[in-house]
Amino acid sequence: MAEEKIGCARPTGNVVAEPSAKEDINPTQTRKENNNMITAKVGSKAPDFEAPAYNKGKFISVKLSDYQGRWVIVCFYPGDFTFV
Amino acid sequence: MLQKLGVDVLSVSVDSTFVHKIWEEAELSKMVDGDIPFPMVSDGGGKLGTVYGVYDESAGVNIRGRFIIDPDGIIQAMEVMTPPVGRNIMETIRQIKAFQHVRENGGKEVCPADWEPGKPTLKPGPDLVGQVWKEWKP
Repeated sequence: MAEEKIGCARPTGNVVAEPSAKEDINPTQTRKENNNMITAKVGSKAPDFEAPAYNKGKFISVKLSDYQGRWVIVCFYPGDFTFV
Repeated sequence: MLQKLGVDVLSVSVDSTFVHKIWEEAELSKMVDGDIPFPMVSDGGGKLGTVYGVYDESAGVNIRGRFIIDPDGIIQAMEVMTPPVGRNIMETIRQIKAFQHVRENGGKEVCPADWEPGKPTLKPGPDLVGQVWKEWKP
């Protein structure tokens, strides 16, 4: 089985459910665009991201926009092995 | 419960996927039966937390932030809390049920405070102005 390459956690710079016009730009451009970065706001499209994840014994890569058409809860928390 | 509502979950912290694995094996497995059913996302550097407004730069961690995203990718609700207090999953479920109800009705019905499935909704329009007290009795 070919191993899927799993990159670092990164916002894609787009919102979900929007065709990407910025997919093939070079890294310098990406960084520049990040200055006026899309941020999360209720009533607006969620900022898309791609990130490594652990799921049922496997290391995978998840992309928020792959969940289009589904209800999703994204839940941030301070850290593993913390108390609350 | 969330699966029955057709909801997927992604948990996110700055821990690596290796730490997620060991946390599940060493501790979470003693709290819940079976595998954690959702992907545990690793946000090293807090880049995702930053765009979601929950990354605490001085502590280097994401504070508690919960976002409900609808099938169109729109954030319908967010709840952001400092670390020492935990959340209430029943409230999250209540909100999802209410947002799903509104969506099914194309926004014609809205869900007043404390709404739960089975309770009356409100139908906004000229006739309801000043008359909410007749319809909604806490």
